[in-house]
Amino acid sequence: MPSPQFHSPETVEQASALLAANPQARVLAGGTDLIVQLRSRRIAPTAIVDIKRIAGMSGIRAADGGFAIGAATPCTALKDDKALAAAWPGVVEAANLIGSVQVRNRATMAGNLCNASPAADSVPALVAAGATVLIAGPSGQREVPAAEVTSGPGKNTLAHGEFVVEIRLPARPQGGGDAYLRSIPRTEMDIAVVGAGAALVLDASGTCTSARISIGAVAPTVLLVEAAGAALVGSKLDDAALERMAEAVRVAAKPIADKRGTVEYRIAMAGVLAKRVVEIARQRAEKA
Amino acid sequence: MGKMMISATINGDAQQFLCDPAATLLDALRDELGLTGSKEGCGSGDCGACTVVLDGQMVCSCLVLAAEAEGRKIATIEGVAEGSELHPVQRKFLEKGALQCGFCTPGFIVASKALLDHNPDPSEHEVRYWLAGNLCRCTGYDKIVRAVLDAAAELRQETTTQRVSA
Amino acid sequence: MNAPQDKASFKPAYDVVGTRPVRPDGVEKVTGKAIYGTDHVAAGMLHGAILRSPHPHARIRSIDTRKAEALPGVKAVVTGADFPSLASLEVSLGEGSGNIAAISRNCMAHEKVLYDGHAVAAVAATSAVIAEEAAALIEVEYEVLPHVLTIDEALAPGAPVLHEDMFTKGLPEKPAEPSNAALCFTVGRGEPDAAIAAAHTVVSGRYSALAVHQGYIEPHACVASYNADGQVQVWASSQGAFMIRTLCASILGISQADIRVTPLEIGGGFGGKTKVYLEPVAIVLSRKSGRPVRLAMSRADVFRASGPAPGVVADITVGADADGTITGVVMEFKMLSGANPGNDTHSGAMSALAHYNVANCRVTGWDVLCNTAATAAYRAPGAPQTIFPVECCIDEIAQKLGLDPIDIRLKNAARPGDVGIMGMPAGEIGYAECLEAAKAHPHYSAPLGPNQGRGIAGGTWGNYGGPSTATVNLGEDGSVLVTTGSPDIGGSRAAMAMMAAETLEIAYEQVRVTIADTSSIGFSMLTGGSRTTFATGKAVILACEEIIATLRARAAVMWSIDVSQTEWRGGAVHCLSGDKAGTSLTMGQIAAKAGFSGGPIAAEVALNAQGFLPGFGVHICDTEVDPETGHVSVTRYTVVQDVGTAIHPDYVEGQMQGGAAQGIGWALNEGYVYDKAGRMDNPGFLDYRMPVCSDLPMIDTVMVEKPNPAHPFGVKGVGEVPIVPPLGAVANAVSRAIGLRVHDLPLTPDRVYAAMQGKS
Ligand SMILES: Cc1cc2nc3c(=O)[nH]c(=O)nc-3n(C[C@H](O)[C@H](O)[C@H](O)COP(=O)(O)OP(=O)(O)OC[C@H]3O[C@@H](n4cnc5c(N)ncnc54)[C@H](O)[C@@H]3O)c2cc1C
Ligand code: FES
Ligand code: FES
Repeated sequence: MPSPQFHSPETVEQASALLAANPQARVLAGGTDLIVQLRSRRIAPTAIVDIKRIAGMSGIRAADGGFAIGAATPCTALKDDKALAAAWPGVVEAANLIGSVQVRNRATMAGNLCNASPAADSVPALVAAGATVLIAGPSGQREVPAAEVTSGPGKNTLAHGEFVVEIRLPARPQGGGDAYLRSIPRTEMDIAVVGAGAALVLDASGTCTSARISIGAVAPTVLLVEAAGAALVGSKLDDAALERMAEAVRVAAKPIADKRGTVEYRIAMAGVLAKRVVEIARQRAEKA
Repeated sequence: MGKMMISATINGDAQQFLCDPAATLLDALRDELGLTGSKEGCGSGDCGACTVVLDGQMVCSCLVLAAEAEGRKIATIEGVAEGSELHPVQRKFLEKGALQCGFCTPGFIVASKALLDHNPDPSEHEVRYWLAGNLCRCTGYDKIVRAVLDAAAELRQETTTQRVSA
Repeated sequence: MNAPQDKASFKPAYDVVGTRPVRPDGVEKVTGKAIYGTDHVAAGMLHGAILRSPHPHARIRSIDTRKAEALPGVKAVVTGADFPSLASLEVSLGEGSGNIAAISRNCMAHEKVLYDGHAVAAVAATSAVIAEEAAALIEVEYEVLPHVLTIDEALAPGAPVLHEDMFTKGLPEKPAEPSNAALCFTVGRGEPDAAIAAAHTVVSGRYSALAVHQGYIEPHACVASYNADGQVQVWASSQGAFMIRTLCASILGISQADIRVTPLEIGGGFGGKTKVYLEPVAIVLSRKSGRPVRLAMSRADVFRASGPAPGVVADITVGADADGTITGVVMEFKMLSGANPGNDTHSGAMSALAHYNVANCRVTGWDVLCNTAATAAYRAPGAPQTIFPVECCIDEIAQKLGLDPIDIRLKNAARPGDVGIMGMPAGEIGYAECLEAAKAHPHYSAPLGPNQGRGIAGGTWGNYGGPSTATVNLGEDGSVLVTTGSPDIGGSRAAMAMMAAETLEIAYEQVRVTIADTSSIGFSMLTGGSRTTFATGKAVILACEEIIATLRARAAVMWSIDVSQTEWRGGAVHCLSGDKAGTSLTMGQIAAKAGFSGGPIAAEVALNAQGFLPGFGVHICDTEVDPETGHVSVTRYTVVQDVGTAIHPDYVEGQMQGGAAQGIGWALNEGYVYDKAGRMDNPGFLDYRMPVCSDLPMIDTVMVEKPNPAHPFGVKGVGEVPIVPPLGAVANAVSRAIGLRVHDLPLTPDRVYAAMQGKS
């Protein structure tokens, strides 16, 4: 196995050209998936394109009233951005459940998304929050909803030569709140057995006017469960509405049994966690 | 691709070393620079024995490519003591019996120092979650957590150390 | 914080023993200077790689190494054909024994591979990358055989048999057919069936636990260098350099004097580094290449190919009187030992009831083989698996009879003088004292919150003594050098220095300790069985006593008086008669003139330490169970243990805390998982879930010090007992929190959740 080429381009165009030139090239962001896969010989790229030296790729800026998060921004930097942490606590917390402090000082949400693990922690939160992703490629840039970046375990929808440059979050709506929780056997350093995200909007009377519920690790990709959101809209998040929402989640969940959990447990937990995240999101929405 | 020549600042010294493009920073530190204090317990980010500080942030050096270190500042266990003067975290690990086999110890010390550099007054809960990426199989963590809390108190120049629960 | 300890009532005042000085190897370990397995470099060293079987059971039809040999940079390729084909030969290894042919074939497969990860070939090359690439180029043709992974599969009629020449031992008659049952072993006394039939209260159940790994953070590693004259040097991280010497010499047919093994620092062992895996292979690679060779395991190799502790299935029935007296116990357990016969069945059977005085009992153990890595010792090998069901049953009886769980254990506790299951009266054992101390501990009476439960469990381990050698040399300035052959896994250098300083009545800092290579010190059995502070410590103490005798004799020469007119006190010889009466000579003064009084001052003691005593522990565990998810968290934990005398209390507490954490891991989340193809499915720390720092509370410790009369300072051995009680303590706590019993470990959230669903 010959050693790969190592590139550290300084512009988006250079990066995209390097990726376009070599179908076996891989983007390196935090490397917390890529290097593990490289070392275990699961992948053998012939070139590695480190995007961290591209200007503007690390950091968070205000954009269109919301936030634009550079693709190379490590998860711990999200916490340090007070405005982002206040607007989208669920997203920031989800990204900061990944691995350990050492891992989060490197890992990025864009890498979490592009790696396309069904159990990726930041993805359900991004999907619930309605995040979009800015993708650059040989033919320019395009913006797609976060949920459309993955297509199956380990598979993403990026075309040859494309890479993610930015993740965008809208402004937090009036009366909005979000949350993410996962089920793991330990307290840290575990891959989600089930994950659930919620983003709600409540009106002044406490009635839910919008709800996006997402679940992870229970299907080949993270799922946005529209029926679950619909079960909440128009309600005051009473027990009956919550139970309808949880039932919609359980119906949508199509997990496999593996070393991390059984089918029955995953389905049941999807319902439990969905109720818990809605409750946290409600508290946040009420404070907003 | 042949070997790459990398220049980086390691424990304050400008250093150059050769590396294969697929080699990790841990490989380079241990095999090229002879800094074997950083340990490999897993090679996959799970144990923290390889923890170093890269441009002010603690990371697993087994999950950094050596080539990424170009122009960066790296601090390893070998640079924690000032000459023959141990850092308070090192001293407290000794005084509190916070190591048994000692294999995890370099990673714990680098991580604990990073915590105290960034949070001088952590709670037991904060120490435990900060150190969750460092595995120790010998101690059950009790004496490690106490050593870190004691080092924090000493660095804050407090004498009371009775902050741990139960 | 630790509860205050009532030391005064138990032991004499010591100056050094019982204090907490900094260990002599401490600074090297906190500064990153200490040299562990993969830190050692030999000049001209090559890097090795091992090709491992992807199949759990297969016959090796052929191995073609030509492509690997042709790769530039490759200096040697070896397979099973490069190893002597050995006849079966049992060797004693300390924590059990082993069969040399089986050990050799476990290092490098010959005709068959017996588990996923079994080594089939090895390469040495100029870099690790080339070695790995070359290993991948080796072509092995396998005839895949059906495999067995569980006890039921292994014992099913017509099951594929791992070893065609293995007939169950221990049965009244040799069976007609070979099978996967290596051994049946029974201990007992009285009339257990009748006692149970007549009992007031009977509980029974089937309990199980999975195989778990020792989980040391340092993977196995060594460097071997074979010289043209047949002399070999090995640098290795292990629990016993002499163990490596014995095994390599036997496997490869080399004289022991021709193998010099230098112990490197060891990054944890817990029993798992009491075997050889890499060293014989590295020697053969070095012999073939003519250069030193390093071999190191990856973490996945460690999980797949080095020894876990066996999983167990146990059927148990316990009968008791209305007052809680246990009248009869019948237990039959099966240990899943992996690819080769294990050693845990004997010790498991003998430990199961060793902490209770049970008049009628029968414990039958089976050693069952399957297509998983050959098991190795793990801290109190065999005892956690067999004591877990016993402790659960006792808890159930206490609940049925409305008794306090500590009181019922006190009623049945083994006490000094009680005759044990093997017919020997117990010595100065401290189980009852531990139970009393647990009962008095504030933890035991602290209130519990909602969804919480408190579990109690006891446990024991026999400990060990055995052969050790120590030398003590005096510097010309009177400083003291202690040399042993016992690797220091958790602070034993400090304990040796403390015992020497106490004996010599000098300052701890005046003593330094070296762990020597196998050519520089006499034989010592490996570090294991909780024997080092007891046995090697005894050798150090006796050697120091010889030094004192020599110093008195030398002073007598210097003073021209009879030695009887000298006295040793405060680290100096005092003159009792003649014109120098009332004066004294320090060690330094005598040592400086040693050349004139008879030469260098040194002592060597080689002994076989007898009189070791078992250790006992009682653990108190609080758990909280999330009623919606089944997650168990340990909210409070206390370890009480009879430690004899704690030489260095920090390291004794450390053993108690570390063992408890390992036991909690075994109870809650650890375990080997295999896929349908028989490959280990979780060979990494992310999915093999050992406790991380945020999973555990502080682990409170209470050292009950009941000294061992057979050791000068009362040492009993402390390292292994603490892993025994947690399985029962956690299971009992969970059972009390959720109001029902889960019999199978680990108590993962999905399992606890399923049990709770079944109830409602
Ligand atoms: C010890 C450990 C624990 C972990 N725990 C968790 C956990 O709890 N939850 C969790 O979700 N994950 C976990 N992970 C996985 C991993 O950390 C995350 O998926 C992380 O977010 C990946 O980000 P990265 O920046 O490191 O990605 P990289 O490893 O750099 O890249 C991942 C993949 O995405 C591609 N890629 C990266 N960036 C881009 C881009 N901008 N455009 C296009 N493609 C790109 C890469 O080519 C690669 O294929 C863990 C990993 C480790 C080592
Ligand atoms: S070696 Fe890097 S985390 Fe284990
Ligand atoms: S001291 Fe041995 S692993 Fe921590």
